[in-house]
Amino acid sequence: MGSPKETPRKWGDSFATPPSFGDVVFDRVFRGVAYAFTVLTILVLAYIVFEIGGKALPAVKEYGMQLLSSSDWNVNRKVYGILPEIWGTLYSSLFALAVGGVFGVAIAIFLTQDFLPHKVEIVLKNIIEMLAAIPSVVYGLWGIFVLIPIIRPLADFLHEYLGWIPFFGTKLNGPGLFPASLVLSIMILPTVAAVSQDAFRAIPLKTKEAVYGMGTTRWEAILRVMLPTASGGIFGALVLGFGRALGETMALAMLVGNSNQISLSLFSPANTLAALLALNFPEAGPMEVQVLMFAAIVLLVITLVVNVIGQLIINFTRPGGAR
Amino acid sequence: MDTVANTAEAYAPAACRDNDVILDCRVDNIYYGDFLAVRDSRVPICRNEITGFIGPSGCGKSTVLRSINRMNDLIRSFRFEGSVHYHGIDMYGPKVDPVVVRRHIGMVFQQPNPFALSIFENVAFGLRLNRFKGNMMEKVEKALRGAALWDEVKDILKRSGLSLSGGQQQRLCIARAIATEPSVLLMDEPCSALDPIATRQIEELMVRLKEKYTLVIVTHNMQQALRVADQTAFFSVDISQGGRTGHLVEMGPTRRLFDDPQETLTREYLQGEFS
Repeated sequence: MGSPKETPRKWGDSFATPPSFGDVVFDRVFRGVAYAFTVLTILVLAYIVFEIGGKALPAVKEYGMQLLSSSDWNVNRKVYGILPEIWGTLYSSLFALAVGGVFGVAIAIFLTQDFLPHKVEIVLKNIIEMLAAIPSVVYGLWGIFVLIPIIRPLADFLHEYLGWIPFFGTKLNGPGLFPASLVLSIMILPTVAAVSQDAFRAIPLKTKEAVYGMGTTRWEAILRVMLPTASGGIFGALVLGFGRALGETMALAMLVGNSNQISLSLFSPANTLAALLALNFPEAGPMEVQVLMFAAIVLLVITLVVNVIGQLIINFTRPGGAR
Repeated sequence: MDTVANTAEAYAPAACRDNDVILDCRVDNIYYGDFLAVRDSRVPICRNEITGFIGPSGCGKSTVLRSINRMNDLIRSFRFEGSVHYHGIDMYGPKVDPVVVRRHIGMVFQQPNPFALSIFENVAFGLRLNRFKGNMMEKVEKALRGAALWDEVKDILKRSGLSLSGGQQQRLCIARAIATEPSVLLMDEPCSALDPIATRQIEELMVRLKEKYTLVIVTHNMQQALRVADQTAFFSVDISQGGRTGHLVEMGPTRRLFDDPQETLTREYLQGEFS
């Protein structure tokens, strides 16, 4: 880049001129500001981890690994353990991922593979994305007043006749893992559906021509080529959905039952890390706050690990990548 | 060869005997919505020969080619009037499933478009689709040899088909198309995305393939038609009726068409007066 003060030299009779002084300054300032914000984002993240970690440290010194392995949480006796919360977080999120994932990918297939006229596709796509705009607390209320009464007969039936299966081992008494996970699956549905749709739409027309040109039926085309081709993006959608499920707070705090127990049963009350944080902070004493900070770090680490693993798998399975 | 220059019947049949016509494509009208894309074109395709479609952009040569194996059915507004007889059956008959048509008439496209699967799975795709029960490896090798690609990929069959070069990808697509041994192979400008060396390889391959298959190739390159095609059909577009409707102007043995075109339009096109 030449100095902005250099007089524009004319090459022949062209109207072309070098960028003006203003253009050059704007370019440099813009680049600098963008760079600064990027660095700032990373610094903020590091600061948050540092600060929470520092506050959690006394609790780790006091209780050690017992925090991770104990199931007790008793403020009076000063014993704290977050194992049930870790279990509840992973269990509810995996269940939500299974349900929301299947429906989300199915919706993405339905909305991208020429099942519907284009205009209808767009309308439905927008309606499903509006699910993401509903506040978490509304989902919680809806779960308590609508969903739980609806699923109670089903839960009673499953418990009564299939109670020998561990998943249906207890009776549903209002809030519990099952209603919480169902609401969670609805909450991650728009994310999974939207990102999966992008993955399907990114398949080039020439691939579609190739697969139909081989004489496939629509389902053969979808199952044999479209799904494998979009698999990287679909996987990314699932990781994003899982990450959202792990961190979801309000709806779960209202629906999960807040009970410190580890049970395979879907109908028993449980607890998650995020719900624990939200419900216990307001009345926490000094030591309890430190334990909660530790729980926050654990949640952060789980989310981070999930995202890193997801990113790695996406990189290694990208179609056409150097394998 | 003496030909009867019957200009009244603009779409004169080609010079192969009637019982050698493997595919008799008679287009009355092809519409996209209200738009008349192609009219009045009869294109008989001769067995074990290469038929080339040439003509200026928008003349409907690709549309006609894609109508043969009903690829255009994927376009919602497409409407075909006419018939495509193959083994005595009209491919547009009411009981004919386009999926089955495409399994019998293979296609190779302008852009190389292997699936995001391994090289082996790309070739085995059609075999699996048609529930082939025999020795898969043997058929895959045969198809890859047929497409002159075997020596280059025999040690890397597990690699992604997309990791190959453009010319190799196009030969992989040819292998994929011939693995199920269809008798007719349609090629829609198969070399237009390739460099001259890869183009050469594909052209040599086409000439070899015609011993077993019947080939129909669309090309925007007159020289390519001259090099490989036995029969050549020249399409053009008339803008007289307000639209841009393509139609067959003239069809005949390639040498005859190039040396002694019967139509003024053909002569002007071949002399490069429009393109």
